[in-house]
Amino acid sequence: MNLGLGGHSASRGQADEEVFGSAYDQRVILRLLPYVKPFMKLVIISGISMLLFTFTLVAVPWIIAWGIDDFIIPGDIDGLLWVFVLFLGVALLNWATNYVQQSAMQRVGQGVLWRLRRDLFGHVQKQSMKYFDNTEVGRLMSRVQGDVGQLQEFAALVVMSLGELLSLVGIIIALLILDVQLALISMVVVPILVSIMLVWQKYAKRSFIAVRIRISIVNAAFNENISGVRVVQSLNRQPRNLEIFDDKNISHREANLTAGRFASGLLPGVDILTAVGIALAIYFGASMVADSSLEVGVLVAFIMYIQRFFDPIRNLTQQYTQLQRSMASGSRIFDLMDRDPDMVDSQDADEMEALKGHIEFKDVRFSYVEGEEVLKGINLKIDAGETVAIVGPTGAGKTSLVSVLSRFYEVERDKGAILVDGTDIRNVKRRSLVRQMSTVLQDPFLFSGSVRENIKYNHREASEEQMIVASKAVGSHDFILELEDGYDTFLSERGTNLSLGQRQLLSFARAIVADPRILILDEATANIDSHTEILIQNALRNLLQDRTALVIAHRLSTIRGADKIVVLQDGQIIEVGKHEELMEKGGLYSHLYDMNFAAMDAPVN
Amino acid sequence: MNHILRIIGYAFRHKARLVWAYLCTAGAVAAYVVLPRYFGEAIDLIADNVGTVAGIPAREILISIGIILGLSVIRGALSYGQNYLAESLSQFVSYDLRNDFYDRVQHQSFAFHDRHHTGNLMSRAITDVENIRMFINMGLVRAPYFIALFIIVAVILMNMNWKLGLIASCFMPVVAFYTSHVRLKMRNLWLIAQEKMAELSITLQENFSGMRVVKAFASEDHEEAKFDVRSKDVADIFIEAEQLRASSMSFMLFTFLAAMGLILYFGGREVINGGLTPGELAQFVFYLQILALPVRMCGWVVNAYARAASAGERMFEILDAESPVTEKVEAQMMSRRKGHVVFKDVSFSYEGGNQVLDNVNIEAKPGEIIALLGGPGSGKSSLVNLLPRFYDVTEGSITIDGDDIRDFTLKSLRENIGMVQQDVFLFTTSLKENIAYGKELADIEEIERAAKIAQMDEFIDSLDDGYDTHVGERGSTLSGGQRQRMSIARAVLLDPPVLILDDSTSSVDAQTEDQIKQAMTSVMKGRTTFVIANRLSTVHSADSIIVLDRGKIVERGTHTELLAFNGKYREIYELQLRPQEEVMREIEISSMAKAEA
Repeated sequence: MNLGLGGHSASRGQADEEVFGSAYDQRVILRLLPYVKPFMKLVIISGISMLLFTFTLVAVPWIIAWGIDDFIIPGDIDGLLWVFVLFLGVALLNWATNYVQQSAMQRVGQGVLWRLRRDLFGHVQKQSMKYFDNTEVGRLMSRVQGDVGQLQEFAALVVMSLGELLSLVGIIIALLILDVQLALISMVVVPILVSIMLVWQKYAKRSFIAVRIRISIVNAAFNENISGVRVVQSLNRQPRNLEIFDDKNISHREANLTAGRFASGLLPGVDILTAVGIALAIYFGASMVADSSLEVGVLVAFIMYIQRFFDPIRNLTQQYTQLQRSMASGSRIFDLMDRDPDMVDSQDADEMEALKGHIEFKDVRFSYVEGEEVLKGINLKIDAGETVAIVGPTGAGKTSLVSVLSRFYEVERDKGAILVDGTDIRNVKRRSLVRQMSTVLQDPFLFSGSVRENIKYNHREASEEQMIVASKAVGSHDFILELEDGYDTFLSERGTNLSLGQRQLLSFARAIVADPRILILDEATANIDSHTEILIQNALRNLLQDRTALVIAHRLSTIRGADKIVVLQDGQIIEVGKHEELMEKGGLYSHLYDMNFAAMDAPVN
Repeated sequence: MNHILRIIGYAFRHKARLVWAYLCTAGAVAAYVVLPRYFGEAIDLIADNVGTVAGIPAREILISIGIILGLSVIRGALSYGQNYLAESLSQFVSYDLRNDFYDRVQHQSFAFHDRHHTGNLMSRAITDVENIRMFINMGLVRAPYFIALFIIVAVILMNMNWKLGLIASCFMPVVAFYTSHVRLKMRNLWLIAQEKMAELSITLQENFSGMRVVKAFASEDHEEAKFDVRSKDVADIFIEAEQLRASSMSFMLFTFLAAMGLILYFGGREVINGGLTPGELAQFVFYLQILALPVRMCGWVVNAYARAASAGERMFEILDAESPVTEKVEAQMMSRRKGHVVFKDVSFSYEGGNQVLDNVNIEAKPGEIIALLGGPGSGKSSLVNLLPRFYDVTEGSITIDGDDIRDFTLKSLRENIGMVQQDVFLFTTSLKENIAYGKELADIEEIERAAKIAQMDEFIDSLDDGYDTHVGERGSTLSGGQRQRMSIARAVLLDPPVLILDDSTSSVDAQTEDQIKQAMTSVMKGRTTFVIANRLSTVHSADSIIVLDRGKIVERGTHTELLAFNGKYREIYELQLRPQEEVMREIEISSMAKAEA
């Protein structure tokens, strides 16, 4: 099992976080399309608006050229007024389409992202426990938050880029229509610029990757220091840690400076080539106007267009890396979505009826890893309402036994069966079964929220009364009332408003509210101090009545009081029976028991 | 506004860079702003049909072209300078911010960390720093560039023809006014957006970390619903912010185009009336054209300001946070002490909370073991946290060897105190470095000795990489018992005269428990120890047992004395300590079975 360690590693897997694919990944685009489909109307509106918007932008120099050549130079003031009106009309259209286009597109974008996040999260929920055992929380966070966030940037960018592309196309068309010859001459600079950019791209990419790697190192360092701050302070590590961090920080900064050089490096080229384009237009335009093959207004328009020409190109290059990053993110997201959960309810699974709590293990064999069996043929019958204590050394299979019962993991079809009330648990919907069971684990994992929300977890329909009854039963009611907001008190992340023992009591209360027919206690009192445990013992006595309970325990008092004791070793049941029976038998159990008292050195009063 | 000024203050730490950035900006502006004049001149020359002979333009036109090219080269170089310097300045600022943030956070009191989620602090470290950085780049350097363009163009145009110039410039105040109006709204929206993102983050983190519980309760639907609500909140707020941006940007572009249209009409009239040459009209148009990009960028700049203001607020909240535990200005170094610890009339309450300790008096002579007992919430943990000044007493004082601990530097105080806790934090570095975490210069012999006393040496030697084994990678997971012993090893290496220890062990097998017990006994030898006691053996060996109840000391004495007293201690003893030993020990069954046979 994967025991979460205190540290957060900048894991080895960080490397594949940095894969830079192409800026256009067909698979990602295709997978995103279904998400866009419900917004088709908005997309079309946005698309049309964008076309019109681009048209208006491209039209401006044209109208100016027209105004100059056909009205100003001939001296037609009245006509000019109409040109002005037309211009104003175009400006208004520009305003409207600009707004509509942006507004519509980002609604689509946010809508797509929201659905994507939901699907991704939902898909992750379906994964089996085995998946979570083997996957770092940080990775999953990266996926759902980080990568989806990248796609958000992507949405905005795509819109912008499309706009820029359209502008570019519009300008080229306008130039060609105005004067083919001059257009071709002044666009001579374009291929030059494009080839420069392709070369630049290769080197720039490397520098951007370096930045990404170093920032994750910096962030991992932050994370670790924040999580372990108490140790840092108690051991006076602040100065040294700052030194170590500084090195990482500097390294990151330097990578950024290099990337900055690349990013800025393209600019002079663009500026100069723009000037060259304009120079060419003027040079050749001069003689063309001289021999009346070109009008002055058109030349003005040309200069305006060329001035505008390179902006889209420059913006596109700057957005290029973001596009790449987003595509990579999209790719990872869909990789995750495509991962089939390895534990699903079978097609014809029924709902589990109200449990009575009769459990039967039939020759159950189970392994986490191929070839290493942890349960080697378990046969066990438990009657409804019985309290069963499960004992055995570490690694005997106690936790595995209860884990397969609650279907955290599945027993293969040919490796035995577990029946609850006579029904094979694999034939019912997992949820319907598990809802009638409760497990209290060693670690009292509580969620952020109020005490009330935590006790009523997943059972929001439970009444206040039920909650308080449960809380009283475990002995938590008193200390909860002493908290600043009582049951409404918000539980903080480190839970410092409550001790570990108190948190565990809450998780007991949570289990009770769920009112399960089958209760599993998996070393539930291992991490709490003895005083709290006494409180729970009392509660347990009530708790265990009327329910079938499987208790993995160490406390002799619990074990002695069980209806049945199951002694496990090496994945097999060695002995089963009541305390007195087993003691009479004189077998393994009685030996353990005797050794125990012999080893005890409790002083007598 | 305050926050923006403080952020600018960070930029001022790198005055040279800032000045050069502005100089390049000024130069680039100058070069850029002169260009349209030469475009206009060329147009006029061409319009007047200044002799073009055999397809080669007249000398004057060629000169214009030459100037245009020359200016562009200058402009290109200065653009590079401006852009790169703006970027590098922003990187230096964010470098400074990261260091400051890192250091500030690691010095903050426990009370602070109780209040702030890791996730919350992380989002500030990542997102807020980045937003501030973008501001330095866009807002500090580029914004003046755009503003300069606006102003200079207005001046030039009004110079050329004041009536027309006025018309052309009329859209600028509109833009300025509208921009500042939008800025405030934007800022508030971004603050909310950040909060929502943080909430979403928390929901995610908890769900993934607590998946066992989710599966145990089959509460996937519940979790999905929780997540979806938060996710929708995020989407909604982003839509609102973006709507605001879309409407303001589109409006501003409109005003710009309207100005262009007005120029065309009124300028055109002037040309017809002979008051303006076509070239000059063209200049007006080209100049306005220059402003097209700045107008579009207005939205971005406003955004950058808004984000930076809210990011700054969040950043400085942390940087400014006052620690309730501070060092006196005249704090001295505490030398290595004998360890005579006295709690005198100590009372303590958490910030705004209930009283946790009430008038506690304890004296521990050097080398004594003081066992602390009591139920949850009795104040045991708070008591021991007061000693290294993780929290400060609200009343009373704590002295070591007669000196009030508040008179000393925190560093020197904590060097005298070692802690062995149940919840051990290990760093992603080697086992060796983890043990030597408090004493980096320890040599390998010292480390090995410490490991031996902590009963870790056998285990470490059994690993492939031994002491160099990295903690945190798959394959070297340490169990609860092993981590506890690491904590003991750390304390042993530090060799402090005072020790704080929590003797509870997580569920371990008998052999490990024995080892831990031995290790604990070894580390307590010769040190003044405050033990949060859970074991019988501990209270037996304690020089004094103190029973706490709701922050007050209710009983005090040795084990025998207290048993005879027949009070709270007796109750605890009977219920907890004695039965505690009645635990099913998982002894090697095979060896037992053999013994049987």
